[in-house]
Amino acid sequence: MFDVSVRKPGEGKIIIPNFPIDMIAADERAGSFTKRSIKKESKLDALYAAIEMVDLTTLEGMDTPGKVKQLCGKARQAVPFGIQKEMEKFSNFRPIPKVAAVCVYPNMVPYAAEALEGSGIQIASVATAFPAGQLPIDIKVSDVKRAVKFGATEIDMVIDRGAFHQGHYQKVFDEIVKVKEACGKAHLKVILETGELKTYDKVRLASWLAMEAGADFIKTSTGKVSPAATMPVTLVMLQAIQDYYEMTGKKIGMKPAGGIKNSKQAIHYLCMVNETLGEDWLTPDLFRFGASSLLNDLLKQIFKQVTGRYYYDDIFSLD
Amino acid sequence: MTKKKTQKKTKEKTKAKSQKKNKSKTLKFNYAPALESTKVEILEKYGNFIGGEFVAPKTGKYFDTVNPADGKKLASLALSGSADVDLAVKAARKAFKSEWSQLTGSERGKFLFRIARIIQERSRELAVLETLDGGKPIKESRDVDIPLVAQHFFYNAGWADKLDYLVPGKKVKPIGVCGQIIPWNFPMLMLAWKIAPALAAGNTVVLKPAEQTSLTALKFAEICQEAGLPKGVVNIITGAGETGAALVDHKDVNKIAFTGSTDIGKLIARNAGKTNKKLTMELGGKSANIVFADAAIDQAVEGIVAGIFFNQGHVCCAGSRLLIEESVKDLVIKKLKARMKQIRVGAPLDKNTDLGAINSKEQLKKIRDLVKQGQKEGGEFWQVETVLPTRGNFFAPCLFMDQSGSSTIAREEVFGPVLSVSTFRTPDEAIAKANDTNYGLAAGIWSEKGSKVHMVASKLKAGIIWANTYNKFDATSPFGGFKESGYGREGGRHGVLPYVEVE
Repeated sequence: MFDVSVRKPGEGKIIIPNFPIDMIAADERAGSFTKRSIKKESKLDALYAAIEMVDLTTLEGMDTPGKVKQLCGKARQAVPFGIQKEMEKFSNFRPIPKVAAVCVYPNMVPYAAEALEGSGIQIASVATAFPAGQLPIDIKVSDVKRAVKFGATEIDMVIDRGAFHQGHYQKVFDEIVKVKEACGKAHLKVILETGELKTYDKVRLASWLAMEAGADFIKTSTGKVSPAATMPVTLVMLQAIQDYYEMTGKKIGMKPAGGIKNSKQAIHYLCMVNETLGEDWLTPDLFRFGASSLLNDLLKQIFKQVTGRYYYDDIFSLD
Repeated sequence: MTKKKTQKKTKEKTKAKSQKKNKSKTLKFNYAPALESTKVEILEKYGNFIGGEFVAPKTGKYFDTVNPADGKKLASLALSGSADVDLAVKAARKAFKSEWSQLTGSERGKFLFRIARIIQERSRELAVLETLDGGKPIKESRDVDIPLVAQHFFYNAGWADKLDYLVPGKKVKPIGVCGQIIPWNFPMLMLAWKIAPALAAGNTVVLKPAEQTSLTALKFAEICQEAGLPKGVVNIITGAGETGAALVDHKDVNKIAFTGSTDIGKLIARNAGKTNKKLTMELGGKSANIVFADAAIDQAVEGIVAGIFFNQGHVCCAGSRLLIEESVKDLVIKKLKARMKQIRVGAPLDKNTDLGAINSKEQLKKIRDLVKQGQKEGGEFWQVETVLPTRGNFFAPCLFMDQSGSSTIAREEVFGPVLSVSTFRTPDEAIAKANDTNYGLAAGIWSEKGSKVHMVASKLKAGIIWANTYNKFDATSPFGGFKESGYGREGGRHGVLPYVEVE
């Protein structure tokens, strides 16, 4: 394997190290975090923190303003009032925090922006011809600009996997640079779509490429390709983030997306972040879950930790 | 131009900040204790298991077995003398003659399959007991030791009715009564390595577990009863060195299988030589873990950790000598230290513990003494700073940099969480350094270049060589060493061979 070099605006030629990953050993290490047993107050702390890290997502062809507004309502008030009252009777109850962001398609951004105004919840929009990314760069850039103009504070872009597999790393790199520029003040999450990159070596290379090109976050998946986020892929990306931080002093965020459905999984991801990058990364500023059904399971487990019993699942609202 | 840019940037930053409500609030993630709660029945006092029954020792003497994590007594065990050994050997001889060797292979296999199933059914109980008595993390006894124990019984049960195919074109027959002496680092796994192939081949056994860790062997005796194993096929006698010596000296024992230290192994070999006995020896090691510059570094670091910190370093094949290609030394060591800081040292029964208790006070003293000696000899010493439990035997993971081949830490088997680090420049140098030891048990090679891995592996004098992994065990794979690491193999087809006479 050979290192890759790309031209970076203002810096000339830079090296993207091709850092080999042993798949079996990486899988094994990632698997070790699923053996962590997080109980009692640690569990409750982790559940609360996980809620704050959720990018509550709807990315359907059938998304409508109504659906998005209702999802935003859930983001603002995750727990039905009655359940909240019930939990408040217990001394270890703390107010349920808000999720980090709501993630929608560009067309839905204005509705989300309106519904979330003043809430402190970020408005994330996928852009750049999501999910395939198979459109010319000028369309991708205008896609991003429009989303930002409509009120997106975070942009989740996809890389051009076709170009990446072809070895056109410069094209992948340049697109990220241009999108970053188009983002302006909005934070940029770069989706590698690891389910299409397949090998961990490529995941590592793409991670580094994205970080050098200006990603604020690197993200595993669109949720439209299987597998979406897995623990080993996330581990490989976390280790890339660690090495990049050691080299540059820049803290890049991580967002596994898709496939994280329950609290136990979420907590294992948090253990992995904790034991790979440390507590500094255990904040919504640097770690997010791209998920939708996860939120209700977190609430269900918080209810259990607070009250000592499970409520039936349907009690937590659908949206 | 630049000024303008900076201004713009600052503006952007403040804007971004005002949007972020929870800036820099991080989760303080302490893992609350998560103790394994399965209860295990431990009797106050145990006799020997002879002829299918628990019997009081003829010596009338008992000794205590303690939990190394808190120093508390767990039970009293029989301190057996030569009269007890004789009783056990007689029971084994009777069972061999009258019953076990007369059974068909498939009948013997049924018993072994039954034992394997009971081990699986009672696996959590056995794991907890192993952890209580030996100090190893429950994570390891639960996920490594006990599953492997069951696998060894299943695997060897399969051999019982296929012995005609063990040596192509030859008939085999059992040896007779086998004396088996096992160590304290993998108490039940070593029992399985010894008993399962011996029984499959039609032998009967007298097993002496290590005095520090006899409880799972005694629990195994209960399992033999539960499985309806014919009386006397398995006999278990407890005690220390003198008990083992009596077994080695006994005239009616046909074979001694020993796993333990090289010093004791030499002593046994000398004494057994005075009688007509077959011998297998699985002894110490000082195995090299070789990391080339073209390795997958993050995974190699995992392999280094698995190599030396698995089971507190109480592993005969531990990768206790790390050899790093000099060009990546700084990177590997930086990552290794960061990784070592994540090792959770503490209560063995806590499911989040990565490194448990050192097995005994004596072993802890030995580790401390060797580390002191190492510090005297030089080379940077680095140890993880962590809060160790105040009670019990604990030792934080550590490493010694730049060890020469003659230094104590690079030469002596420490049998603890202590890593010796040296560097090399070329593959030839790595091979020479890896082989520069009086042992020859295991080695690890880390490189993404397959041809290099095969070339290096072919030149290493070690019984087990792992490529891009370490400390992986399997019942189908032979295990054993060269040089002072012993002779004979355990596991796989090779592991059955030392328990048969080839006609």
